Amino acid sequence: MKHINRLAGRVLALLLGLFLLPQVKAEDFTIAAASDLRYALDEIVAAYVAEHPVHQPTVIYGSSGQFHTQISNGAPYDLYFSADIVYPQMLHKSGLTASEPAVYALGRIVLWSAGRDASTLRLSDLLNGGISRIAIAQPDHAPYGQRAREALQATGIWTGVQAKLVFGENIAHAAQMAESGAADIGILALSLALFPNMTTQGYHLIDADLHNPLAQAYVITRYGEGKPAVLDFADYLEGDKAHTIMQRYGFVMPE
Amino acid sequence: MFGLSPADWQAIEVTLKLCLYTTAILLLVATPLAWWLAGKTSPLRVAVQAVVALPLVLPPTVLGFYLLLALGPRGFIGNSLDGIGLTHLAFSFEGILVASVLYSMPFAVQPLLESFNNLGRRPVEVASALGAGPVDRFFTVILPLCRGGYVIAATLTFAHTLGEFGAILMLGGSIPGETKVLSVLIYDYAQSMNYAAAHRLSLILLAFSFLVLFTVYGFSRRFQVVRV
Repeated sequence: MKHINRLAGRVLALLLGLFLLPQVKAEDFTIAAASDLRYALDEIVAAYVAEHPVHQPTVIYGSSGQFHTQISNGAPYDLYFSADIVYPQMLHKSGLTASEPAVYALGRIVLWSAGRDASTLRLSDLLNGGISRIAIAQPDHAPYGQRAREALQATGIWTGVQAKLVFGENIAHAAQMAESGAADIGILALSLALFPNMTTQGYHLIDADLHNPLAQAYVITRYGEGKPAVLDFADYLEGDKAHTIMQRYGFVMPE
Repeated sequence: MFGLSPADWQAIEVTLKLCLYTTAILLLVATPLAWWLAGKTSPLRVAVQAVVALPLVLPPTVLGFYLLLALGPRGFIGNSLDGIGLTHLAFSFEGILVASVLYSMPFAVQPLLESFNNLGRRPVEVASALGAGPVDRFFTVILPLCRGGYVIAATLTFAHTLGEFGAILMLGGSIPGETKVLSVLIYDYAQSMNYAAAHRLSLILLAFSFLVLFTVYGFSRRFQVVRV
């Protein structure tokens, strides 16, 4: 009887060991990222996982402001990529980060349309009668929406286009409004206009002088503090491979 | 009053307008539909009942997304409207009204159906035998006997539309004065970290919703007693 008990004990220990072993080795972590990064970051993560099969990052896309609120309230994200450095800086001030906010790219905005050739259009053309709905991200809280408003104000047509504006909750939502054709045109992130689905249509790059720079920044949160895999991924982001992918999606590298 | 901004009042106005129109339309649509559903069980009736109840389980964003595709300029309905010289319904009050009617449909149909089932066909058949026409039968027999069902259907539809969010967000485009309803405005306030304004509107919405539901349950208790 004793013998059987010991055997059962060993089998149990072995099974437990098998079950625990991969979890001890692998380091999973979670990234909260602004939705303008959707395609670029997916590619970077895929490239990273191909080289580091042990670490498994999970990416959640959403609005920068929303993630700021969630992290302030204890969301379990290890890394936070914001479309505007303002939000990571606020987290940093509140002592909720384990690293200084680092700018990883500058974002650009473009005119994009599903129904017409936007590459021939200029911001001032938005006043034309043929365009009845313009999709932008919510300027009160979405960084790309704020820059769209600044560019429209700088061009002097913000008041003129008021009645035509429709607002997406974040830049991906605004892109979806334009992509479905429900809005005639959108002021979108260049990174989204360069996604294969959208490149069938041209775009007009809006002059960067018309708006404040869209400094995209990331931080390691306090939740992600001291995790080697998180630091490893942050390093990978600074590497050539990640930079090449980012540039392909229209992000301008800082410096 | 309540320290509300003009934008708040505008959203309240849009919301109340949406709730009133939705309730009025749904009572008109749900009456014949529920009456038909209260008939003998058949596979078609069961299927229609299931379709009507779909908004209860579907994520509102799914409904909003498909409505955007259907009502937008490239969609089947939006395109036809454009074709006959009207405008498509994406990003318009009419568009979110269509969404609300579909979205709140089960809340109008269900109480009426229950009420009609309780009533049975007998009173109407008797009235008919005594020579009452269809309109007469509705106003002098069905409506008085099922008034409890109507009160509940109307209030639940109104209250449910009040809290609608996902579908309107997808289809509406949060245009102030047109499609920006209270729930969307509160969401925007919370997103832009204007928590004071978000709290203020949420509290009003909460108090109002409680009042509406309090009324419904008060009514439903009262009518249970006199039900035939």
